[in-house]
Amino acid sequence: MLLQQIINGISIGGIYALLASGYSLIYSLLNFSNWAHGEVAMVGAFCAFYGVTIAQLPLPAAAVAAVLGAGVISVINERFFYRRIREKNAPTTFMMIAAMGISTILQNATKNMFGVSVKIFPSMLPVTSVAIGNITIGIYDLISLMVAAVALVGLELLVNKSKFGIGVRSVACSSYTSSLLGINVDRILVGVFFLAGSLAGAAGLLLGLKYNVSSTMGSIGTKAFVASVFGGLGSIKGAILGALILGILETLVSGYISSGLKDLVTFVLLIAILIIKPSGLMGVNVSEKV
Amino acid sequence: MSTAYLLNLLTIVCIHLIVVLGISVLTGFTRLFSFGNAGFMSIGAYTSALLTLRLGVPFWPAVLVGCLAAGIIAYFLGSITLKLKGDYFLIATLGFGECVRVLFSYIEPITGGAKGLAGIPKHTTFPVAFISALIVLVLTWTFIHSKYGRSLAAIREQEIAAEAVGIKTSGYKKLSFVYSAVLAGFAGGLYAHSLQYLSPDIFNLTRSSEYTITVVIGGLGSITGSVLGALLINLLPEMFRSLSSYRMLFYGVAVVAVIVLKPNGLCGYKEFSARKIFYWFKNLPGKLRKKRVEQKVKVSENAEKGDMQ
Repeated sequence: MLLQQIINGISIGGIYALLASGYSLIYSLLNFSNWAHGEVAMVGAFCAFYGVTIAQLPLPAAAVAAVLGAGVISVINERFFYRRIREKNAPTTFMMIAAMGISTILQNATKNMFGVSVKIFPSMLPVTSVAIGNITIGIYDLISLMVAAVALVGLELLVNKSKFGIGVRSVACSSYTSSLLGINVDRILVGVFFLAGSLAGAAGLLLGLKYNVSSTMGSIGTKAFVASVFGGLGSIKGAILGALILGILETLVSGYISSGLKDLVTFVLLIAILIIKPSGLMGVNVSEKV
Repeated sequence: MSTAYLLNLLTIVCIHLIVVLGISVLTGFTRLFSFGNAGFMSIGAYTSALLTLRLGVPFWPAVLVGCLAAGIIAYFLGSITLKLKGDYFLIATLGFGECVRVLFSYIEPITGGAKGLAGIPKHTTFPVAFISALIVLVLTWTFIHSKYGRSLAAIREQEIAAEAVGIKTSGYKKLSFVYSAVLAGFAGGLYAHSLQYLSPDIFNLTRSSEYTITVVIGGLGSITGSVLGALLINLLPEMFRSLSSYRMLFYGVAVVAVIVLKPNGLCGYKEFSARKIFYWFKNLPGKLRKKRVEQKVKVSENAEKGDMQ
């Protein structure tokens, strides 16, 4: 029973991790929390849903649509809003407020365009489950686990081994010095926003398959954000760890105590970690520069 | 539009204005962003509503106890979280606001849970709300223009420099946080006795961010701006009732437009002052004359240039 709960927790934690790594990636470069990230995932889920229902795409093609759609929305946000604010040398909090505005716009635009009703994916896969010993894993949980694992390992490799990754890490270290050394900071940022957006799109698709698609599903972003703060804002590994811990904790609390207390535990955990160790589990030093 | 409806609307606007003024002190004058003030509002609302409803306490003492509860909790929360810098303080307040919401929907025997708390007596009429808002406005104005308010502005501009000239920054930050929480608790008490119904989900994260957004749209560091922002954001959607489903969309667009195009908001760092307006009008003839003279000079210069060629 306990092991079963933990497996379920890891499966939802994997989806959180896809979103949380995006928060961390953007925070490490720009020092602001991208509140529109959950809504970017929602856009991805809508792309996949209408890809499947209207364009009659097979599931893999719909997945590509989700990833691309979310990535493009994320890049649009960066190119037309965040960059303009940065160019004015406004405090980073302004970018965060703009992100909140964007999230309101995306949420309400989809609500007005596609209605408030909850949309359910047509069943595309046989509803089966895989039994290992006395643990059963639903097919969607298994898929989301595998997708999350592949995507996150890919992200780690990209950031640590590729030339683009070196650029990302140097901009995270100091965007000013990087630009002196001939790195096109704006191009790196566009790449990072696309990467974060496409991970969010994958998360949105998985969430849509597991539960449903609606204009308010972006609120999952708050959870993922808590996970990334818990693991340490700015650290991708920390975000993944935080997301897994959060997922497991949530399923354990709702399984053994009460599902009503699930969110309370999440937010108490958030405040506790901020007071005890503000830099999170694996975060870097947070003492602010003046 | 019936009179009763209009009065109800104006009552709600006054209540929102009280919260916004608190946030204006916290965000506009101290530059601390909080997304937990709906939580304080919720504490004030539930405390006072439960007192009047269950224990039969008169209206004003109940509201005051609500304020006090919000203030005390803000004091303790501030003591442990105000050390955090920038985004981290905001995240902690966000977590606090959500904690309050979930807790109130969980303790169902007392608060009525997610179903809500109904049957609260109606005490907040329009005159009550209006006079309360007016008193809070005057109070906030005096507060900002006192020694304390100037210290807060110094912290906003440069915290280390403020500390260097002898301002006890942690104490002042806490003062500003508690002030905003007490106002939120006060507004919550009025709100509960105006709406006569409470549910924890009224005071959610969106509500908290709406208040901060109002202050940003009005302009940071300006009480005039906050008042204008609160009036605009609450009254404008009412004028376009038929477009009510687009209300939140309009919100989002307004925020992004203000932040991207005019980060100072409607009147950032500027206050309404009758004297300035008087002098503006008094100097108007002089300004116009000057302009005319300048134009004449330009014309004659151009004419000279023409002669040279």
